[in-house]
Amino acid sequence: MREAPRSKALRLILVGLVAYALLPWYAVEDGLFDPALLPFYPADFELGPAPWQIVLFGRWWLAAIVAPLVAPLAVIRRPRSDPLATRVWIASGVAGLVVGLGQGFLIGPLGWGIEAFDTWFGPIGLAQYGMGAGALVVHTVFVLYITNGLAARGFVRGDAFVVGALGVIVASVFVFVFYPVATILVRAFERPTGGLSVLVFLENLASAKVWLVAGRTLLLGLAAGGGSTLLGFGFALLVTRTSFRFKRTMRALTILPIITPPFVVGLALILLFGRAGAVTVWLSSFGIPATRYIFGFPGILLAQLLSFTPIAFLVLIGVVEGVSPSMEEAAQTLRASRWTTFRTVSFPLMRPGIANAFLLGFIESLADFGNPLVLGGDYDVLATEIYFAVAGAQSDIARAAALAMILLAFTLAAFFLQRGWVGKKSYTTVTGKADSGAPCPLPAPIDALVRAAVLPWTAFTATVYAMIVFGGFVKLWGRDHSLTFEHYEDVFRITSDLQLAGGAWDSLFTTVTIALVAAPLTALIGLATAYLLARQRFVGHALFEMGTMLSFAIPGTVIGVSYVLAFNVPPIELTGSAIILVACFVFRNMPVGVRAGLATLSQIDASLDEASLTLGATAYGTVRRVVLPLLRPALVAALVYGFVRAMTAVSAVIFLVSADHNLATTYILGRVENGDYGPAIAYSSVLIVLMMIVIASIELVLKKRDVGRRSA
Amino acid sequence: MKLSDDDEQGRLAGVTPAVELIDVVKRFGDVVAVEPTSLAIEEGQLVTLLGPSGCGKTTTLRMIAGLELASEGTIRIDGQDVTKLPATARDVSMVFQSYALFPHMSVLDNVAYGLVTSGRPKVEAHRIAEAGLARVGLEGLGQRLPSALSGGQQQRVAVARALVLEPKVLLFDEPLSNLDARLRRQMREDIRSLQREVGFTAVYVTHDQDEALAISDRIVLMNRARIAQDATPHDLFERPTSAFAARFIGEANIVDVEVLERGDVMATIAVGALRFEVAHRGIESPVLAARPYAVRLGDAREGLRGEILTATYLGDHREYVVRTDQGELFVTAPAGDVALERGAAVGVTFDLGGVVLVEPE
Repeated sequence: MREAPRSKALRLILVGLVAYALLPWYAVEDGLFDPALLPFYPADFELGPAPWQIVLFGRWWLAAIVAPLVAPLAVIRRPRSDPLATRVWIASGVAGLVVGLGQGFLIGPLGWGIEAFDTWFGPIGLAQYGMGAGALVVHTVFVLYITNGLAARGFVRGDAFVVGALGVIVASVFVFVFYPVATILVRAFERPTGGLSVLVFLENLASAKVWLVAGRTLLLGLAAGGGSTLLGFGFALLVTRTSFRFKRTMRALTILPIITPPFVVGLALILLFGRAGAVTVWLSSFGIPATRYIFGFPGILLAQLLSFTPIAFLVLIGVVEGVSPSMEEAAQTLRASRWTTFRTVSFPLMRPGIANAFLLGFIESLADFGNPLVLGGDYDVLATEIYFAVAGAQSDIARAAALAMILLAFTLAAFFLQRGWVGKKSYTTVTGKADSGAPCPLPAPIDALVRAAVLPWTAFTATVYAMIVFGGFVKLWGRDHSLTFEHYEDVFRITSDLQLAGGAWDSLFTTVTIALVAAPLTALIGLATAYLLARQRFVGHALFEMGTMLSFAIPGTVIGVSYVLAFNVPPIELTGSAIILVACFVFRNMPVGVRAGLATLSQIDASLDEASLTLGATAYGTVRRVVLPLLRPALVAALVYGFVRAMTAVSAVIFLVSADHNLATTYILGRVENGDYGPAIAYSSVLIVLMMIVIASIELVLKKRDVGRRSA
Repeated sequence: MKLSDDDEQGRLAGVTPAVELIDVVKRFGDVVAVEPTSLAIEEGQLVTLLGPSGCGKTTTLRMIAGLELASEGTIRIDGQDVTKLPATARDVSMVFQSYALFPHMSVLDNVAYGLVTSGRPKVEAHRIAEAGLARVGLEGLGQRLPSALSGGQQQRVAVARALVLEPKVLLFDEPLSNLDARLRRQMREDIRSLQREVGFTAVYVTHDQDEALAISDRIVLMNRARIAQDATPHDLFERPTSAFAARFIGEANIVDVEVLERGDVMATIAVGALRFEVAHRGIESPVLAARPYAVRLGDAREGLRGEILTATYLGDHREYVVRTDQGELFVTAPAGDVALERGAAVGVTFDLGGVVLVEPE
């Protein structure tokens, strides 16, 4: 043995005890690091660590946590894999979590957390609030007790670091994905007067309006999924299978919708087709009356097609390139014409990938919130309906929860369809062997069709983005087209004495700060998960994968509502804080980190890790010295994505922002709702440029030392 | 099962084997990859795990390495129970089939990797690594990236990297299978002489019988997740215990026999009209394994009646397939012998130096 596990175990127990004894047990409203709080520590109602809470404020139940915390000391002298010792570690961890979480849920801010307890035991007369730093560390230590015990029993090849990482990720996914979603399920049954009833849920389900909205959402999803897949497939064919010359530009353009806040495309469409829009005005000169025709189904669909086509293109280009040219050449040597080859070989090989792109577009459309909000008019979809149920005058939580469940059912169905059905039927294999042979050119009619569809669409997309840039400088769209900096000054004015007087500065700084905090966390947890999935075998592997990818299929509005419901009350009280925004971003965007990590890891031979392990490096050392350097491309992808998504997200955070922590997107939406299109567009263009700069710098910093890959 | 007389077992009085497996089992879900297996490897020996693909040899090796944990049983390295220890904590290192050189580190950093992670100062680690590279004949190439080396050189780096840690046991997982035939022969001799020189204990997995015969002190032949035979290369070839072993090591014709009489050591057996005496080795209902060179083709009036089905001239020898009432036999004969034509009638006899009774499959 090259390390002393006993001292590590002892250290873990000490960390738990120190956190218990010295860190504030409850959440501190003004933030933990406020120096003004120091004089009050530790004998304070809010700041007190657990021992002070017990002695001074009569919170006797916190004393019960000490027992599981110190229990492993009894077996500390036994060998690591001693069966009794491992059992004590696991039992202490489990007991600690049960006691710790149990007291949190049982005793809330109004006394007993369960009403019936008042009648059984009488009112408790004491209360407690959301858990804080002390509770967080102590609970983490309990999780590590369990994983240590499991590792010593030989779980996941007996590696304490790996099992520990697994435990922490599983625990956090439970807290930030499963717990909120479970909360929604419960709240769907809640009566307005309190208490639960099946009738409430059934009543919401039985309403005709709900199913009208659900039907519209489905219709939109099918149209957007189908349309974006067709267009994306056209782009993929154009780039890979024709003599089209601007292929690189095409690929570069696909990044645009990813860095565009989701409703900005909708805004640009209003500038073009709205009542005062450029096209509408031009048409009215021919006597066609200006109407609000863009608002509703056509507008949302158009905006979604603009947004999702590049995503479908990215998926499908991999699919099209995955068809080995030698297959097509084989078909042609067997006397098949170009058209027959395409029909009988190429297309069937691509079909599963096409279905995959469709389902992704479908899920994206269902989850989209920004475009329906801006362009929806009377065309309500589930995502916006949920928002209005919560934010509207009546604030009907049970209705929002029921709608969220319907939306969740749709997206989950598509998600499982995509994984189960399409996942298995994929024929395209990337072997890593260089494939000789040139890809088969398209049959002439298809080539013509693809160009006829794709090139005008490209022009249209370019126009829309030009509107975004241009719109920020136009005084009053449709009336006064003189150029002005007025809108930029509105949002980003800097006075002569360098005061940041523009209305948007606060939200911009908050957004960037939160995105900068969330991105590395997203990358870390995503890549760690990918590493566990790709490189470790353990019981429950498939479930773990499912659990971590699931949040991808949970629409942002559903996550937003569920976070509000779950984290508004103790024991985990986070609403109004920046932490809830960071957590929301991290766990929503984590699947992309996982995917990027998995893709890269699958190209790195597992024997590299094994070689490192047999050379005496620990799993941690292996990750740091071997896996991480090789994962650099995935790291870049996860960082960029984590950052960009945090900057552009709307649907989930619109529920979570507070006066202290307003975000750029929600600020812009606020301006849109007031009809201030100019400042909204100006701010959006600044965001897009800002994100381009950040992406470029991340790539520059992380890619500078290039990995010497095997080139032969 | 142990029938050979000069078979060396590590469990001799007082000697601690370098590696010991006691009733080790490995299951993946419902699939049993390794049935209960016991094995002891003496210090300083090079022991080969040989067998067809899927026989459990690599799994056994990975269990010794700690890359898989045994489902049941005990594994000891140098007397210490390591059954539940992860790879990191075991005093072994491994040479991989794919070399597994870290592509983002120089050759020298690769070789020094294990030393650095175990806390040696970098300067010292590099000095030892330089010496290790020199030992495998690669001095001066330390600053290159692995991608700049040839396959054979990469393999040497992998060996050096494992060797500089001076592990109790060095594990080789089909280390030569990515090299061409000539390089393979050269490398296996290099590995063998290095092993003799340094005196490390090695466990070596291969599916190539020539490689196993050439390199090993002992061969553990595996089949269907169990040990089929554990013997020196010489014993394994000369005295296979089973039809599988006879066929896997060298080639062998398996012929049904009738035991007419059973003595203490020898038995009188009948193959068709032929009668002869061979050692029965205590086997209940044996079959005869006959090497192709021990099948003699002669005058059609003697021995078993046979007919030449195919005749192939291969320069230094001839190969025949002969049909007999006992089945088809594969026969080799020196090129100097009289050439036999397809369709010719021959009499088949056996050279007792190349036949042995074995367990049927």
